[in-house]
Amino acid sequence: MITLQRRADPSRLMGYLAPLLALGITLLAGLLLFAILGVPIGAAFYAFFIEPVSSLYGWAELGVKAAPLIIIGVALSIGFRAQVWNIGAEGQLILGGIAGAAVALLFHENDGWYVLPLMILAGVAGGMAWAAIPALLKTRFNVNEILTSLMLTYVATLLLSWLVSGPMRDPDGFNFPESRMFHDAALLPRILEGTRLHAGAMVALGVVLAGWVLLTRTLLGFALRVNGAAPRAGAHAGFSQKKLIWTALMIGGGCAGLAGLFEVAGPIGQLLPSISPGYGFTAIIVAFLGRLHPIGVLFAGLVMALSYLGGETAQITLSLPLAVTGVFQGLLLFFLLATDVLINYRVVLK
Amino acid sequence: MNETLMLTILTIITAATPLVYAAIGELVVERSGVLNLGVEGMMLGGAVCSFAVAHHTGSATLAIVAGMLAGMLLALIFAFLTLSLQSSQVATGLALTIFGIGLSALLGQSLVGIAFEGLPRLHVPWLSELPVVGRLLFSHDALVYGSFAIVILVSWFLNRTRAGLVLRAVGDSHDAAHALGIKVIRVRYMATLFGGACAGLGGAYLSLVYTPMWVENMSAGRGWIALALVVFAVWQPGRLLLGAYLFGGISILQLHGQALGINVPSQLMSMLPYLTTILVLVLISRDRGRIRRNAPASIGQSFYPTT
Repeated sequence: MITLQRRADPSRLMGYLAPLLALGITLLAGLLLFAILGVPIGAAFYAFFIEPVSSLYGWAELGVKAAPLIIIGVALSIGFRAQVWNIGAEGQLILGGIAGAAVALLFHENDGWYVLPLMILAGVAGGMAWAAIPALLKTRFNVNEILTSLMLTYVATLLLSWLVSGPMRDPDGFNFPESRMFHDAALLPRILEGTRLHAGAMVALGVVLAGWVLLTRTLLGFALRVNGAAPRAGAHAGFSQKKLIWTALMIGGGCAGLAGLFEVAGPIGQLLPSISPGYGFTAIIVAFLGRLHPIGVLFAGLVMALSYLGGETAQITLSLPLAVTGVFQGLLLFFLLATDVLINYRVVLK
Repeated sequence: MNETLMLTILTIITAATPLVYAAIGELVVERSGVLNLGVEGMMLGGAVCSFAVAHHTGSATLAIVAGMLAGMLLALIFAFLTLSLQSSQVATGLALTIFGIGLSALLGQSLVGIAFEGLPRLHVPWLSELPVVGRLLFSHDALVYGSFAIVILVSWFLNRTRAGLVLRAVGDSHDAAHALGIKVIRVRYMATLFGGACAGLGGAYLSLVYTPMWVENMSAGRGWIALALVVFAVWQPGRLLLGAYLFGGISILQLHGQALGINVPSQLMSMLPYLTTILVLVLISRDRGRIRRNAPASIGQSFYPTT
């Protein structure tokens, strides 16, 4: 009989090994999945992991996909550490995109240097405003933030759909549900000629650094961690629960809004009915895979970005459904949660 | 009786039934002290599997069974991770939803665009011949009757049986229940599997009756609304039925809004169920004492036997 025995202290080694172990098992499960679907394993492996990154363009695309995942992933890690379950980052991302796009469209005949900074401010504010709703309802009325932030994601999706087919539709766009293309002053600078890699990737690195400093070097970071690990100890230490909830949600909403603005001002360049392939949800997996640690999130973001790219390549070269990516991401999170048991427990044979 | 009103009421019933199933299952799960946020994923799993079976065999009964089994299978993954491997219930539930959305989309690839004639209506002999009430109450498919039966059964089980008492004890204090010799983990496994079967049934109703076809991500947040309904019902089965019908009514407003001459863009009308969910959660949750008195005390906590 196999049983679990609680360790006296969590194993640090397993903390690092568990994500790698989970990745390995996901890989095996993925190959099994391909075998079941009747896809040649070698070709699938090549399409998912080698072809996407076999060119400079591919690496740049990896950065394009990883940037939003990392920016949101870092922010969610901070919230999850404090046991604030903001799972509506996708909605906050959409609102950031909408707010930023509104500024771009408002100034569409203006080439001033200030257009892009204003868009960034609007994007962050849009995401924060959307996250402020669950924060207010949680602190004022004790409403579970999981349900409210998620419900607001559905509302945000519908809001975007309405805006691009109504008020924000391109007046010369033959009634297609999309906004005017942004003018140059409203687009993020590209940092690699001939690719779509934009300045947002640099910002993502900055967010990692800022997240690391916040969590490990500041009193606020300490308060957030204590609140997550032992809420009552946090309360006795005088850390205000309400303030921490607000902080966690504002960081999450702000970063998600920023990521949304980067999507519309970067790779997309206009407002479309859909501006994200679920980055806000995938960032939840990124946060857990990265051990709720900014540096870990950096690597986890790259891994998950590869899963998006691999899924797209496999769709083109092997005509595999895009949904395979979702299955992979779900499996990875399952295996990660399963291997996490090794951190706090020893597996014993009796 | 006005024909439009009659049709409206009949649509409300079809819109409410999947919510009743998903929510009553989750209610039992939560009363045992487990919070499974994967309802949305389990509903989609149930929806796609039952539709596939209906399409390939033509048997509605087999399709319903397949939906339940699919939901149970997904719930089993959740139960194994949270109950046997002590993983976080919140994180695992989210994983289950992400996995369910992806898996159902993958399995449903070849089913998109196929229609199904729906479940046969069971006309209760004699009673269904009655004017108005006959059509309103006695001419539905088996799953509608089942949804009422299951709420009554769960209410009876939780409040009137010894097994129900055991389940509530596990949910309120797993340590005390364990000390009394109750197998906490086993009770929670069974409750979680029951919840999975119910969510699968709810999903099956969506793809077999409500649409009836398979569309990717067709549950559109109903799994989450079901979770909110459990809070709305303050964990009492009877109130849950009321809540599901309230939501059923709101979600069909968008269908009948145009007909009633309400000239609001369809996207804004479609927001109503989600906004109502938030509003309802506020109204219920602001009464902290009421939540504390009714919520299972051990909800969301892992159980590791210390002795």
